[in-house]
Amino acid sequence: MQSPSLSHKDVSFLEGRAYDLRRKLLLLTGKIGGAHIGGSFSMMDILVVLYHRFLRVDPQNPRDPERDIFVLSKGHGAVGYCLVLADMGFFPEKDLDQFNQTGSRFGVHPDRHKIPGVDASTGSLGHGLSLSVGYALAKRHLKRQQRVFCLISDGELCEGSTWEAFLAGAHFKLGNLYVIVDFNKMTQDGSLAETMNMEPVRKKLESFNWSVREIDGHNINQIVEILENLPEPKENTPTVILAHTVKGKGVPWMENTSVWHYGGLDEEKEKQALADLAHYYGRNGK
Amino acid sequence: MSSTKEFIVDGKGLTWTVDTLDQLTQAEIYGKVLTDMARVRPDIVVCCADLLKSTKLREFQRTFPQRVFNFGISEQNMMSAAAGMSLEGLHPFVSTFGVFASMRACEQVRTDVVYQGTRVKIIATHSGLSFGQAGTTHHCTEDLAIMRSFARMTVIVPADSFETAQVIRALVDHEGPAYVRLGRGFEFPAYESDQFEFKIGKANKIKEGDALTVIACGVGVEGAKEAAESLEFDEGISIRVLDMHTIKPLDREAVQKAARETKRIITVEEHNIIGGLGSAVAEVLAEEGVSVRFKRLGIPDTFCQIGYPEDLYKVYGIDSDGIIKAVQEMLKV
Repeated sequence: MQSPSLSHKDVSFLEGRAYDLRRKLLLLTGKIGGAHIGGSFSMMDILVVLYHRFLRVDPQNPRDPERDIFVLSKGHGAVGYCLVLADMGFFPEKDLDQFNQTGSRFGVHPDRHKIPGVDASTGSLGHGLSLSVGYALAKRHLKRQQRVFCLISDGELCEGSTWEAFLAGAHFKLGNLYVIVDFNKMTQDGSLAETMNMEPVRKKLESFNWSVREIDGHNINQIVEILENLPEPKENTPTVILAHTVKGKGVPWMENTSVWHYGGLDEEKEKQALADLAHYYGRNGK
Repeated sequence: MSSTKEFIVDGKGLTWTVDTLDQLTQAEIYGKVLTDMARVRPDIVVCCADLLKSTKLREFQRTFPQRVFNFGISEQNMMSAAAGMSLEGLHPFVSTFGVFASMRACEQVRTDVVYQGTRVKIIATHSGLSFGQAGTTHHCTEDLAIMRSFARMTVIVPADSFETAQVIRALVDHEGPAYVRLGRGFEFPAYESDQFEFKIGKANKIKEGDALTVIACGVGVEGAKEAAESLEFDEGISIRVLDMHTIKPLDREAVQKAARETKRIITVEEHNIIGGLGSAVAEVLAEEGVSVRFKRLGIPDTFCQIGYPEDLYKVYGIDSDGIIKAVQEMLKV
């Protein structure tokens, strides 16, 4: 089903950005030696839609107090995240050539002091949702109308502090807090089910008194539709979106495996990955 | 504001419940001062983790119920959330027991409160052995070492509730984060009122002297003051006492001056002798290449026994008797 406000051209644009950024990520991985490919690919479509259509942020004024807040709690997705920020104009894309380099602004995890547009320095899992609770509480207290978005990984659900934060979000009635779970069912060591079974996730979240929704996290139409129909920030129930995703989405041999959680690409593999990605998008290497 | 008489619990015995705890002692001064400051600073809010009463914040709650955020027993979440609140423009004062603030929520303090660049103030109560009867789970003798190692963190140990009042006033205008270490508020006061000069990072000279300097923080200050007065009265020995309320940034100048002028230094703290005030002073002495007789009084790298604070201070030699003994031994050599 297509969102009424979304034309075919819009879908095609958003898909084009997602394809382009995945492609750039592969090229960057080759250049810098290694990157978190799997988790960046699983959240890429969500980030593209969020930034291009929903977040009220200004690349010219990244610390505008009237902005929406976005916290990437799964900080290891920094490489994908920074590509999106560059795409939005927060900084020149060529700066990303410095990724991981000594003295760089860009490390494996994002740093709010160094990267324009980053609202929280994350990387230690289980912190981002608590920070977001704080942001949302303060926005409420200061009577600011903007929203707080937080993207967490499903592996991060193993952290006890994440559930402390879920408790607090509902207790404080933070309707201005919107959490998206990048539910790719994989962790660094293998499947989430084998590493630490988290099911039933939906029931857990519902029992924490959150409004739970589920989407295919790679379906642009579904992402747009769910974000368009979020409750108003003045509501009293926080929302969590379980976005079913695929780790490594876009390159078949990187999908659903922990092997490409973090990795480097030699020339041959890079070429192969680019070709397979193009094929996935029906672009034939263009 | 207050006189010392309010502090004394009378001799008729002690009948109390958790509901009246904050009215018993001078400890309520912290909550009172914060409430007063909050009247003119609308950005000040309080965060707690189910210890609002124990952390002396009931008056604040009565006055500003909308500005108190109780996170329940979840210190990690509270600490990160406070950081988020600060990033959005509020000025959170976070209170819990020192043992939980420094260890249960250690990484949240380091990465969120400090590194994210907030101005969260952590007011940690029940620190040191002030809740000695509660046992090792509640003994807090490592927090200074932990907090001192966080870049950009300010670490303060007020000598008593009067000084706490001064600290709170100073912190309202302090831009970065800070860790303030309080006891339970039952301590004997070292100062007679809250009307004295106070500056973060600047040691207070409690007593002048030239035979030796005792550099103390927290309850050690009152013990050192009493010891110095006894030594002068009984034995004619004149020792200097410094209230080193700020452990970080340390008043290096006061340490150097004491080393130069008195040649002997004893530090006193309600903390493991590793990593706290004594270590900080030793670092300065070593780096300055000053040769002095030096001793650290504190917890000798052990888990402490259960007991009332004043008994434990005696056991570990950080009360006035212990300080007198250490001074006498050092002066004998």
